Amino acid sequence: MTDLGALAPPVVLEAVSHRYGALVALDDVGLRFAAGGATAVIGPDGVGKSTLLGLLVGVRRLQRGRITVFGGDMGERAVRDAVAPRVAYMPQGLGRNLYPSLSVAENVDFHARLFGLDAAARAARIERLLAATGLDPFADRLAGQLSGGMKQKLSLCCALVHDPDLLVLDEPTTGVDPLSRRQFWDLIDDIRRSRPAMTVIVATAYMDEAGRFDRVVAISDGRVVADGTVAEILAKTGAATLEEAWRSLGRAPGEAPPPPFAMPPRAAGAGGVAIEAEGLTRRFGAFTAVDHVSFRIETGEIFGFLGSNGCGKTTTMKMLTGLLSIDEGSATLLGRPVDAADLAVRLRVGYVSQSFSLWEELSVRANLVLHARLYRVEEARVAGLVAESLTRFDLVDHADDLPGRLPLGIRQRLQLAAACLHRPEVLILDEPTSGVDPQARDDFWRHLAKLSRDDGVTIFVSTHFMNEAERCDRISLMHRGRVLAIGAPADLTREAGAASLEEAFVRRLEEAGEGAAAPPRDPATQPDAVAPPVAARGLAASAGLVWAFARREGLEILRDRVRLGFAVFGSLLLLVLFAFGVSFDVENLPFAVFDRDGSIESARFVETFRGSRYFVERAPVASDAEIDRRLTSGELRFVVNLPPDFGADLLAGRRPEVGVAIDGANTFRAETVKAYLQGVVLAWASRVAADTAGPGASLALPFDLRTRLAYNQAFVSVDAITPGVIMLLLVLIPSAMTAVGVAREREIGSIANFEASPASVVEFLVGKQLPYVAVGLTSFATLAIAARFGFGVPIHGSLAALVVGATLYVFAATAFGLLVSTLVRTQVAAIMAAAILSVIPTINFSGFINPMSSIEGAARWMGLLFPASWFQTIAVGSFAKGVGFFDLIDCDLALFAFGVVFIAAAALVLNKQEA
Amino acid sequence: MRRFLANLFRLGVKELASLRHDPMMLFLIFYAFSAAVVFVSSGVKLEVSNAAIAVVDQDRSELSTRMIDAFTPPFFRKPALIDASEVDRAMDVGRFGFVLHIPPSFEADVLRGRAPGLGLTVDATVMVQAGNGAAYIQSILLQEAAAWLHSKGIEAQLPIAVVPRVWFNPNVEGRWFSSIMQLVNSIVILSILLVGAAVIREREHGTIEHLLVMPVTAFEIALAKILANGAVLLLAVLLSMELVVRGLLGVPIAGSRALFLFGTTIFLFSTTALGILIATLARSMPQFALMAIPVFTTMLLLSGNMTPLESMPKILQWAMHVSPSVYFVQFSQGVLYRGAGLDIVWPQLLVMTGLGAVFLAWATHRFHLMLAQSA
Repeated sequence: MTDLGALAPPVVLEAVSHRYGALVALDDVGLRFAAGGATAVIGPDGVGKSTLLGLLVGVRRLQRGRITVFGGDMGERAVRDAVAPRVAYMPQGLGRNLYPSLSVAENVDFHARLFGLDAAARAARIERLLAATGLDPFADRLAGQLSGGMKQKLSLCCALVHDPDLLVLDEPTTGVDPLSRRQFWDLIDDIRRSRPAMTVIVATAYMDEAGRFDRVVAISDGRVVADGTVAEILAKTGAATLEEAWRSLGRAPGEAPPPPFAMPPRAAGAGGVAIEAEGLTRRFGAFTAVDHVSFRIETGEIFGFLGSNGCGKTTTMKMLTGLLSIDEGSATLLGRPVDAADLAVRLRVGYVSQSFSLWEELSVRANLVLHARLYRVEEARVAGLVAESLTRFDLVDHADDLPGRLPLGIRQRLQLAAACLHRPEVLILDEPTSGVDPQARDDFWRHLAKLSRDDGVTIFVSTHFMNEAERCDRISLMHRGRVLAIGAPADLTREAGAASLEEAFVRRLEEAGEGAAAPPRDPATQPDAVAPPVAARGLAASAGLVWAFARREGLEILRDRVRLGFAVFGSLLLLVLFAFGVSFDVENLPFAVFDRDGSIESARFVETFRGSRYFVERAPVASDAEIDRRLTSGELRFVVNLPPDFGADLLAGRRPEVGVAIDGANTFRAETVKAYLQGVVLAWASRVAADTAGPGASLALPFDLRTRLAYNQAFVSVDAITPGVIMLLLVLIPSAMTAVGVAREREIGSIANFEASPASVVEFLVGKQLPYVAVGLTSFATLAIAARFGFGVPIHGSLAALVVGATLYVFAATAFGLLVSTLVRTQVAAIMAAAILSVIPTINFSGFINPMSSIEGAARWMGLLFPASWFQTIAVGSFAKGVGFFDLIDCDLALFAFGVVFIAAAALVLNKQEA
Repeated sequence: MRRFLANLFRLGVKELASLRHDPMMLFLIFYAFSAAVVFVSSGVKLEVSNAAIAVVDQDRSELSTRMIDAFTPPFFRKPALIDASEVDRAMDVGRFGFVLHIPPSFEADVLRGRAPGLGLTVDATVMVQAGNGAAYIQSILLQEAAAWLHSKGIEAQLPIAVVPRVWFNPNVEGRWFSSIMQLVNSIVILSILLVGAAVIREREHGTIEHLLVMPVTAFEIALAKILANGAVLLLAVLLSMELVVRGLLGVPIAGSRALFLFGTTIFLFSTTALGILIATLARSMPQFALMAIPVFTTMLLLSGNMTPLESMPKILQWAMHVSPSVYFVQFSQGVLYRGAGLDIVWPQLLVMTGLGAVFLAWATHRFHLMLAQSA
């Protein structure tokens, strides 16, 4: 082992500042992190910690200052790309770098591919990491089905798969139960032991966790307020614990830290029962989430729920609020059986869900006002109550901010404020302090204490924090859907013969058979003979990255049967509908006759219309007013109006005038009626001529126009329309599929994987695109086969031209979707934009219905600047016309150019770094 | 009841606030009801217009030249004179929709009264233009021949005089038709996507769950979305109608605009309810997109808007009657072009209301199921 101390520090920050609008996240921060050191970054909720970590792995764009990682300046893109393979980053949030529809092994495999590991190395690392984290029995389980603790272990496996020299974890244990947390940190310790040169930087909200690290850096208001070993910090602040020390940090000298919070004792039993559950059971399929749970919560009591992730706490709470139905057992709330339809009970209950669930697009004040009104507060009192609530929960300074921009602690306060606004008698709080810093948690509990002790509100709260559980009057330990024990925290500790509640809890869980599954195995196998992946980037490496993204995206689509089904079979169904439905065949035009003559001649004239398959006769018309009415109602397309004495005039050669009133609402149809009318009258006239002048005679036409219908002799719409329908479907559906792609990753947060990887924007985009090109081509094959063999639409031209054209077309369409996706912020906007922007040029300006030659002006340009019109030429040319491959080469080139330009534009828009 | 209305109002205002914060969405709504309508109405011609025609003139006589010169804008482009050998290739790549073949000694044969053959090749893959275009060509040629021969035209030889009169749009201006067609299309796409996506977004962000623990019902939540988003779209339709369709494009409206807006309100109710229904069937935003596309494209193409309902196979006509857009197309064509009043269009209004009610009831039912599954 080299002498680590002699090496330059791998991470150096100099005068780093970062702001979001007016909000200062970091203010002139300078820090050095030594090789092999482990540092905890603590600080109040806000943006400081995450911003710091994001900057040093290069996921965020550096605004001011200088960051050097492994000797390279992170302000330069080349350096970031070169450094990426040596850095691992796990973003904040439970399983945010995981893909829920991929299995445990597939998730790790994806991350390994991102860093260019070959097959043998991948297999070896996956096996070793899963064994070390105790996840190996679950290698094939989908990540979405894992508990929170397991998710975080899996995230860690993903982060570690490329043997990083720098490991950066952003609040990795937030929302994870104590036992899993303990296992997680043991795992990190083992890994550090096996890779002593690895530098570890972790942000955490748990002070007991920070105590495990060599060094603690505290950040408050964007500045470093303490930096040193735990002992140094304790000495400096004169505090006994880090949690206590935390309270005094970042305060002006002389200002007294707020006293640690102590729960005032509960006044002796007032009596009544607020919540009672008896044998409560809920199943999701074969899985029993809550298994015969019984408890009773007294009025005014603070009742805590403590348990591992996925043990059924949330499900139980949701059943009590009526959000989930109860499969078995019973529950009463405020003396009434739980009933989802009982609005009166909802007025007396407040609920705070696990994740932030207020409207991010409404300001803090607007959220509270909406709550007050929906909870039927008298209008006159709304303003006062909201003002009071803002003061009470210390939200006055943020009243006009949007919650999305506020730190977690303040958002949780807002949730509590909203839940308390209508003075509920019962509060149900599902992990309300998850991820909230100690100071803010204390504040939060002060509010709870006031509500419980002063106002007599019953509080039912779930938590992962032991010191919070200790503040409850009674707690219930839950595990795998069952209640293990209920009682006062002190009693439970004593009964278990443990020194602390945490120990009692862990012991209970281990008794229940949980701990055995987890011990990390043989950390000695960790050291690695394999050299770290090389950063050299050739074409092969690039292809590998594209394939990594493509493979992952492909697996996700394959798992989503609904999407796949709609993409392929939905298209097929639409082909059938449109090929037969979008029809210009003139058939069954409804018409009626107003025959004021009633002679044999008039009857014979009308007969010609009846004999035609183009027309269907409706009940005759009896008056002029009726013509008006029946045309106006849309019943008739035209009315033939025969004058009185039609027969007599005709025989006398006086050329009677026949009026035809045509409905002009649909202009195309009106033109058609006119044209067909001409044909019918000519046919009738020829027959009349023959009848009167004898056989052989006919109208004296100067020439004989012989019309030949090329490409579609039968003049049936289905042959002419089908290629166009394929054109339509191959752009609308593939572009919609890719349009959500980037926007969704951004909304969910998994885009951080890409941001922290050595992959380039183009590799990411093309990788995401390929599976959809494959889906599009599958769809194309299905449609083409159905058209050819199902509907008997012949392919006169070159099949090769059709296939090549379709491939390029799908490539261009998916690239268009990706471009849209990078331009918008939300999935909703992505879907809307893709649909609206593609539908109009595709249906109207592509030659699908109207020939390109008759489209003018801006519309023509719109058509030419969208791929649809080019593929329409290829599709019609190949199906109906027998055009050769090389005659369509200009269309192929155009489509290819569209794809390349769209991808290039998307690559320019999409920034690998966040602001 | 007052409580119900108050809740609707509050939830509705919340919807509007959400929409206001998404500039992209506002831009798309603006585009769909302004520029899109203008593009489509000025660019799309369903009637024969600017048709590309070529002539193979092997006669090169006075008559043939005269016939060629008779093809003029706006119906036809100036004919291109090509060689017989070029015909196939030019038609293949779609350069011309029509090729007229005038044989040698055509003029001489006409003069001798032999009624010589005249060949017209039509690209029948362009359905909208092929049939009507061929009829135009025939009548233009007949007219020219008659004028040249100083004889009576074919019309005059008929034993009757046919006087066709096109009602409601005497000059058969396609702009009138296509502007309203695009307006209807924009309404269909936006109403389904806007409301459906709003439901999925609330679910993905967990806010819908929050609403459901409040003293409001699922029905109120769904209805508030319908009303708020419907109101925005209705306003867009009103502005588009007045400023774009009537103002900018100068399309005359025959019937009552108030009646049209009333019918639009009912139609929006039914399509937004349908949007919610689709959202409750989808489990994620990507799934919603793929479910909504087939629905709205079917409504766009098969409602009798682009192509008449009566041309479709019977079974499809029958199936399309569950789509409110079929009735809305009938309704709007009736009111806007033909000046139909409530006495004529009430059945359409009634059916749209009924369909909307069914969609809403179904959606509310699915809403409960969806929440039970997602939790």
